[in-house]
Formats: sequence, C-alpha cells, structure tokens
Amino acid sequence: MASLELKRVVKRYATTTVIHGVDLTVRDGEFVVFVGPSGCGKSTLLRMISGLESVTEGDLWLDGRRVNDVSAAQRGLAMVFQSYALYPHMTVYQNMAFGLENIRTPRSQIDTKVNDAARLLRLEALLGRRPTQLSGGQRQRVAIGRAIVREPTIFLFDEPLSNLDAELRVQMRTEITALHQRLKTTMIYVTHDQVEAMTMADKIVVLNAGRVEQIGAPLDLYNAPRNKFVAGFIGSPRMNFLSVRVTGVGPDGVGVMTDANSPRAAATIPVRGESGLVGQAAVLGIRPEHIHLRRAEPDELALTVMIELLEQLGSTSFLYCVLPSGEKLTVQLAGQIDKEAGEQIEVCFATIDAHLFAKTESEPAFERLKTPAVHVAA
Amino acid sequence: MLASSRLPLRALAVAIATVALNAVELPMRALQRLLGVPRIGWVFVTPNLVVLGLFTFLPIVIDFYYAFTGGVQLDLRARPFTGWENLQTLFECGSYLDPSTCRKDLFWRAVHNTAWFALLQVGLMVVLSLVTALVLNRKILGRGFFRGVFFYPVLLSPVVVALIWKWILQREGLLNAMLHSAGIAGPVWLNEPGWAFSWSVFVSIWAHMGFYTLILLAGLQAIPADLYEAAEMDSASPWRRFYRITLPLLMPNLLVVLVLAVIRAVQMFDEIFVLTGGGPGSATLFIVQFIYQTAFAESIRLYGLAAAASLVLATTLLALTVVQLRISRQGLSGKAGRDDG
Amino acid sequence: MVDLVRMLAGTRGHRRLDWTDWLSYAYLLLGLVLMFGPVLWLVLSSFKSAAALNEFPPRLLPYGQASVTVPGHPGPLPLFRVKLPDGSTRQLAELRRIGIQATMIDPERPEEEFKVNIRDRERVRAFHLALENYTEIFGKFAFGRFLWNSVFITVVATLITLLFNAMAAFALSKYRFEGQKWVFLLIISTLMIPPTIILVPNFLVVSKLSLLNSLWGVIWPAVATPTGVFLLRQYMLTIPDELIDAARMDHASEWRIFWRIVLPLSAPALAVLAIFSVIWRWNDFLWPLVVLSRTENFTLQLALNSFQGELTTQWNYLLAMTVLTLFPVTIVFAFLQRYITAGIASAGVK
Repeated sequence: MASLELKRVVKRYATTTVIHGVDLTVRDGEFVVFVGPSGCGKSTLLRMISGLESVTEGDLWLDGRRVNDVSAAQRGLAMVFQSYALYPHMTVYQNMAFGLENIRTPRSQIDTKVNDAARLLRLEALLGRRPTQLSGGQRQRVAIGRAIVREPTIFLFDEPLSNLDAELRVQMRTEITALHQRLKTTMIYVTHDQVEAMTMADKIVVLNAGRVEQIGAPLDLYNAPRNKFVAGFIGSPRMNFLSVRVTGVGPDGVGVMTDANSPRAAATIPVRGESGLVGQAAVLGIRPEHIHLRRAEPDELALTVMIELLEQLGSTSFLYCVLPSGEKLTVQLAGQIDKEAGEQIEVCFATIDAHLFAKTESEPAFERLKTPAVHVAA
Repeated sequence: MLASSRLPLRALAVAIATVALNAVELPMRALQRLLGVPRIGWVFVTPNLVVLGLFTFLPIVIDFYYAFTGGVQLDLRARPFTGWENLQTLFECGSYLDPSTCRKDLFWRAVHNTAWFALLQVGLMVVLSLVTALVLNRKILGRGFFRGVFFYPVLLSPVVVALIWKWILQREGLLNAMLHSAGIAGPVWLNEPGWAFSWSVFVSIWAHMGFYTLILLAGLQAIPADLYEAAEMDSASPWRRFYRITLPLLMPNLLVVLVLAVIRAVQMFDEIFVLTGGGPGSATLFIVQFIYQTAFAESIRLYGLAAAASLVLATTLLALTVVQLRISRQGLSGKAGRDDG
Repeated sequence: MVDLVRMLAGTRGHRRLDWTDWLSYAYLLLGLVLMFGPVLWLVLSSFKSAAALNEFPPRLLPYGQASVTVPGHPGPLPLFRVKLPDGSTRQLAELRRIGIQATMIDPERPEEEFKVNIRDRERVRAFHLALENYTEIFGKFAFGRFLWNSVFITVVATLITLLFNAMAAFALSKYRFEGQKWVFLLIISTLMIPPTIILVPNFLVVSKLSLLNSLWGVIWPAVATPTGVFLLRQYMLTIPDELIDAARMDHASEWRIFWRIVLPLSAPALAVLAIFSVIWRWNDFLWPLVVLSRTENFTLQLALNSFQGELTTQWNYLLAMTVLTLFPVTIVFAFLQRYITAGIASAGVK
C-alpha cells in the first residue's frame, strides 16, 4: 500500500496559483527528493504534505486515509526545518521530549525513546545543553533527533543542510542516508541542490514553477531526461545546449546540422522524428563529460572550438570553449591536458550520447530509438 | 527634523545657533587649554551634574534631614532634631492591618489603598495588555493602526485623562445616560467609595495599558514563527503552544512590564487626584497624595512627617525593585550549572 | 475553547477567515471604541452650549436653538414648533415673550401674529456648535495666559534639556576621563529615585533659589533627565570617532566639534528626546502643583485642575479648555504614531 499519494493537488493563494496539479505516489520506505530552482514550489508541496499549508484542490492520502482536513498535529508526521526551529529555552532533552509529552506518553517511555535517539545521533553528552550552546551540526542532529523520537510514518526534511558549510554538508548527507538505511522509514527531502538529490534519493521529483517535470530514479533522470529543463537541471556541470537545424528525418533518426562551418558538424541523432520537422530549429544536448578530444569515430559529431578558459583540477579538467557561432561549450575531461587558452581544438562526441529537444523547455525530448550504452565506471 | 521646518524658521534657527556657538566658544577654548582634551569632558558634563546635584542628590540628603527633624518650619535651621520620632509616629499602630487603630490612620489608609490598588491595577492591566498584544500579533488588517489606538491614551496628560472620565461619570454623564436608556438608574459613581476605587483602577488601566501592550507585542514578535510550526508538528495543542512556548519566551518582557507597572502603581497620583481628590472621604487616598497633602495642603505643614513617609515609600520601592530583579535574573538564565561536558 | 486559545496562541494566517479572526476584530473594535470614544465624547461635548449640557439624557451631537431670519426684523428669531388651537402644528418664530405668553409670527407671513402659551410650544433644534465656549475662555478665564505658561515651560525646558543632555552624552560617549564611569552610573541611578522622595526638599531648594512660584522653578529641576542622557549617549556611540579626530586635526576646538559635528549628526536621537520632553513637560502636574501657587503662573494642567475643583463647575468652558490642552499631543500622535510605537517597541525588547 502506498505511503503517500497526491492526486491533482493544487495550491492557490488568492489569485496566484503556486502548485498546478501535482500527482505523486510515494511507497513505504522510499527516500524521495523534491528538487528544483528557487520558487518552484517544492517547499510549498512539502508543507502541504505536513499540514502546515492547506490544500486548495485535489487530494492528499496518507496510508490510504484522506488527510486534507486533518491538522498537522494529527498527521503523525515529523519535519526537520531549514532553520532547525529548536526551542531555545528548552534543553536538548526537553526539545526531543516535547513531542512525546504532547501526546501524553508516560515519562519512562519518553526517557527511553529520547535516550535511544540521542545514542543514535551521538547526542548523549549534549542532552543537558541549550540550543544556543551547540554548533550548527549539533543543532542539525538535535532537529533530526526530535523527529526520530516521534516515530513518524514519514520524515519531512525542508532544505536541512543549506545552513551548513560545505564540509559539514557532505558529512550530514551521508549521515542522513545512513539513517534512512537504518530506520527504513519513508523520507521526503526538499533541496535545491541537485547533487544532494542525486546522491540521496531513491526517487527524484523535479519541479519547475509549480509543475512536476519528471519523476524517476536519479540515473534515469540523468540518462533519459524527459525535457530540456530536466536535462539542464540534473548533472553537474550543466548539459551543453547547441542550436541545430533539422536536415532530414529517417528510420535511423533525425539528421541535424550545427551552425558551425565544419564538415563533420552534421550527424544523425538516433531519435524518432516526423517529416514535418525538416528545416526547423531544434536544440541538441550533450553532457560535458561525454565530449572527448580523440579522433572522431564514424557515428560521432565533430566540432572545432576555441578554448576560452581552462580549469585543471588535477583529476579532472574543464574546458570552457566557444563555437564559431558564439555558442558556449563546456567539456569535462579526466586527467590533465596540455592545451592553453586561446587554442583551437577539435572535440567530438557520439551521437548516441546526444539528446534532441524542441526549442521550448517544457516540450518533451525527442524519443530515443536506441538506448545509449550506460557509461559504466571501469 | 530641523530640515522639515519652513525656510524663515530655519534661517532663524541657524542665526541663533551661530551666535550661541561663537559666544560660548571663547571661554570653552580657554578651558580646553587649561584642562586638556580628555578632561574637557568634565566641562560638558557639568551642567547636567549641577542640575542633578541641586535638584536630585542634594534633596535626597535633605529629605533625611527633614525626616529626622520636627517643627513646622521649612527652613532647615529652624527645625529641632527629633530623631526617630517622625518614623515612630508613622508606625504607631495597634494592628497594621487596621488603619483605624493607628495614630496616623490616614497614612495607613493610604498604604492599604495603595497596596490594593497596585495589586488590582497591575494584575488586571498586565493580563489585558497580554491579551491585546496576542490579538495584535495576529495577521490582521490594520494592526499598525490598532497599535496606535491603544497607545493614544498614554500620551494624554493625567489631568486630561481624569477630566475625560470625570465627565463621563457625572451623575448625568454619558454612562448614566446609556444606563438610563436601558432602564437602569446609575449611581453618582465617584461619590461611592467602592465605585470610586474601582473607577480609579479602570481609568489608570485605560491610560497606561497601551505602553505595556507595545512592550509585550515586541516580545511576541521576537519569537520566530517556525517555532510554532515545529510545535504543531510536535502535536502540540494551541494551549500547549501558548503555555510551553509563548509564555516562557515572553517571560523576560512580562517581568519588565511587571516591575515597571508596580513601580508606577505605587506612585500613582496625578490622575487619581484630579478624578477623585482622594475621596470620597479617604477611599482613594494613595500614598503620594498623603505625602503631598501632609507637606503642602494642610493648614499645619508637617514637612518632617511627609519626609518620613517618603522615605518609607522609597525603601519599599527599592525592596520591590531588588526582589523583582532577582526573580528576573533567575527566570532568564534558568538553572546554572547544567553545562555538562 | 480550543479555538479561543488558538486565537490567542498566534497561528499562521489561514486563507479563510475563521471565527477566531472575527473575535479578534470584535476585540479590536471594542478597543477602538473604548480608547477613542471617551475623547470623542469630550470633543463633542465641548461644542455644546451650557444649556445643551444640562440636558439629560444628552444628545450625541451639539444641538442648539434653531433660528430664522425674518424680513423686517433685525437679527434672527428663535424657531419653535407650536401647537395651534385648531390642532395643527406649525413652525413659528418668536418675537417676544412676556410671562407665559409668547408673541409669534409665521416666518413666511410675518404680518400675522399669534399669541401662544409657552406650554404649547417646543424648541426646534438644529446642529449648532457653541464656539463661544472656545472664544470666551480667553477673555473670561485668562486661558491665553495659562497656554502661554505651558508653552513657555515646554519649549524652554525642552531646549535646555536637549542642550544639557547632549553635552553630557557627548562627554560620556566620546571622552575617557577619570571618574567617567562613576558619573555615568550616578546619572543612570537617578532613574531609580522616585520623585516623591525629593518633593519636600526640592521645595526648599527652589525656595532658597527664589524660584518659587516662577516658571523657572518648574523648568530647572526637570532638565537633567537621565533617560535623555542615556538615549543620546547610545546614539552618539555610533558616531565614528574618526570624524572627531579628523576635526581635531583641523584645529577645531572641542566645543566646535560638539556643536558643528556631533550635534547635527545626532539629529534623529535629538528629535526623539525632543518629542519625549515636550510630552513630559506639557503633561507635568505634581511638581508644578507644588511650585506654582499664584493663579497667573498656572500651567494648563493646573488651571484645569483648579477649575474643576470649584463647586459650580462650568463644564462647557472646562471641556473646551481640556480639548485645547490635549490638542498638541494629539497632533504629535497623529503624525508620529508609527515612529513612537516602533521606537518604544524596540526599546522594550532590551
């Protein structure tokens, strides 16, 4: 039985619609991440699930029960806030015990649960302290502990790591994932950071301007983005987008030509297309990591570009190049290279790694004819 | 503020300023040469200190002198030394709880009245201020306007406040007119001891609650909204949210309000004096009025007794302040020593 | 009950207005009526003539005798509603009254005269502002004098307060001299001193300085406000010391620095103190009561108090005087309400 179900959920504030009909199913034990740019509605969606915001239209089902009209206090969920929202006048122990006191749990049980959670999160030594006496990471763990103690059916996280520095963020990310593996409770996690989404999620929900763009496993989103928005959002560094013109449509795929003046700048992308597309403009997508400097193979597209900027990190190199047409291209290579800014180079990539999109962001990508080989790490 | 005034006024102000500047400059430069830069600070602070010294510190010392001397002369040299006599007279009582057994029964009546007044007025006013602050803290239209509404009476002079209500409480005033239309015959409110006292409490609450409402409102607004959301997620009922979150976090402000309100209530004079004059009889006679009367309004001016009474008042206020500060320090820091390593 | 508590517990804004919102509005509306109502009633009453004030139950708006100008007769004639012997009622103007008989005429047909018993007639009322309440107080009761006294005390005391407090605040914020800390503590400690304890001795001091019964006897004791020094010092601490050092390098004397640099830069804080001082001095009562014994030196507050103490209080004049007394403070309130409430609110947080 599904743990959480959203059916055509809409959120309206007076005249503005913030969430335009979201459908979502979350299974018991899943780690689902809501991701998207600022203002896309991911926090609003989370708050609607928690009960802190009302649902304007549509249905919200928790474990088979319609909970639109059930108050936040009674949904049996727990939330970790971005600002932690720890009670400053209570000790860590009291912060964690508060929720259980409210539902009139016997004191001995409260004691056991709080101590168990404290042990799990290595907070035993801090139980007598006040939040103002804790570091950022410690406060984060107390906030999580407060949620754990309630044994909720779903954990809700509202951008919990955005107030931490980079190093702490990586550490807490692994801790939360470990927690999920240990407790096996459903978790819904909101973030704007796609790296967090990719590393932590069982399932990612990509949101944009109140609409769901795509739902899927992290690698599915990476390999088969449904539209230009998802393609550009998932993956770091961002996918390159080049303007191309459709030269022909056939059983092998769609022929395109870039605006570059180069013989090998045309190729056939193995996607399905209609004949009416010939002559139309389209967008070709290729991830920086799929571009290489080796000699071009027959089914590859080659481009001559000039390196504007070169960043060498030792294990990876980033080439920020520009095409004769003025469009930018980012290339990611493993290892170090012996090139300089200002040099002209030839770059290539396999057509099977390319994506083809229509010019508008939300129009679906052209459907693949062949599945690309998965780039398995050696 | 000066910038917004009209042009001729501004020119006049500039002219005065320049004249004043130049006039004082010469002697100041001389003093500066004499004393050097850091010590010139003394010159700047002197006018204030002189006024304070003359009209605050010196009088405190003199007050003790008055309290320990007798006679009816204002002039200190004409007053015979009587030691503790004034204070003894004040405290000569059969039972402190019954003013009529006291030699200076008026003083003790004033003490009782003041004590009851402080209790009732502060108690009711703090509750009302809290409720009002809670209401004003909600997201409602025009809360800035309503904040001002409650604060307006605070700005009115006590005399005006008293007259406004005295006019309403007249035998044929607004209140009785409204009761009359409901078929009830209202009494002459300020002529009845019980009612005069109650109305004194009401009027002083009316005139002062806006100030405390603002202090409490500031305290409420300092509580982050997501604490309430977290409490909601913690299954806290609205009552628990108020009792376990709002109240504890508001406690510092509440204590400040309490201290200020009690200190003011114990020294209440102006509006009550104009409203009831201490009457009927001595039903609304409070301690400051007693002091004023004893020193300035009676045919025989007992400066010594008045001074003694003011010493008693000052001591009480000092004790109250110390007690309140001690309580507030405990309330704020919680139990020290819970800092486990 | 739960919802009542929810209303007080301050929840997030629901999009729909539930009944707790209505209750809040009702409470605030009640507050509005109770806070402004009495003042409004005062103002309305102050425009009623003495006769109108004697009515019970009182009418809401000021009403007076309606009158009508009839051609051929000098001056307006009072208008009455008259019951005529034939049973009809007409509005007639009264020419003259002798005993219980009134001679009345129809305003439209002035030649026709009626002899009417005064029992058969009733005044016609019209909205009428008894402005004489306001104008006569200046003549009959020397209100102008009291106004002057109050204005003089308020303005002079405020100016001196600003100067003395600013000088002291400057010394305590921008200098380091021996004993400075003690001076500051001394000044702040006076906040703890209740005014009653220095009432009697101050009377002696003022009398020895020959300031008894003088406006200056009210002004001088009031100018060294510790709150003012504290407020200004707090503000002056935020003025960068470099500005003052730069001025010293430019050979400016300390007085010039104070007058030309620090004072103008402290304008916002000075404005706040000025407003406080104006309100405090305007509303002062106990100390002026003690110091000023001759009526011609009374401030507005003292004058109001002495008039209402009389056996036969002429309320129409007293009300007008009261309205005029609260007028300046009301103006201050109207313009600066937002700043006053914000300022006190933020200070309260400390």
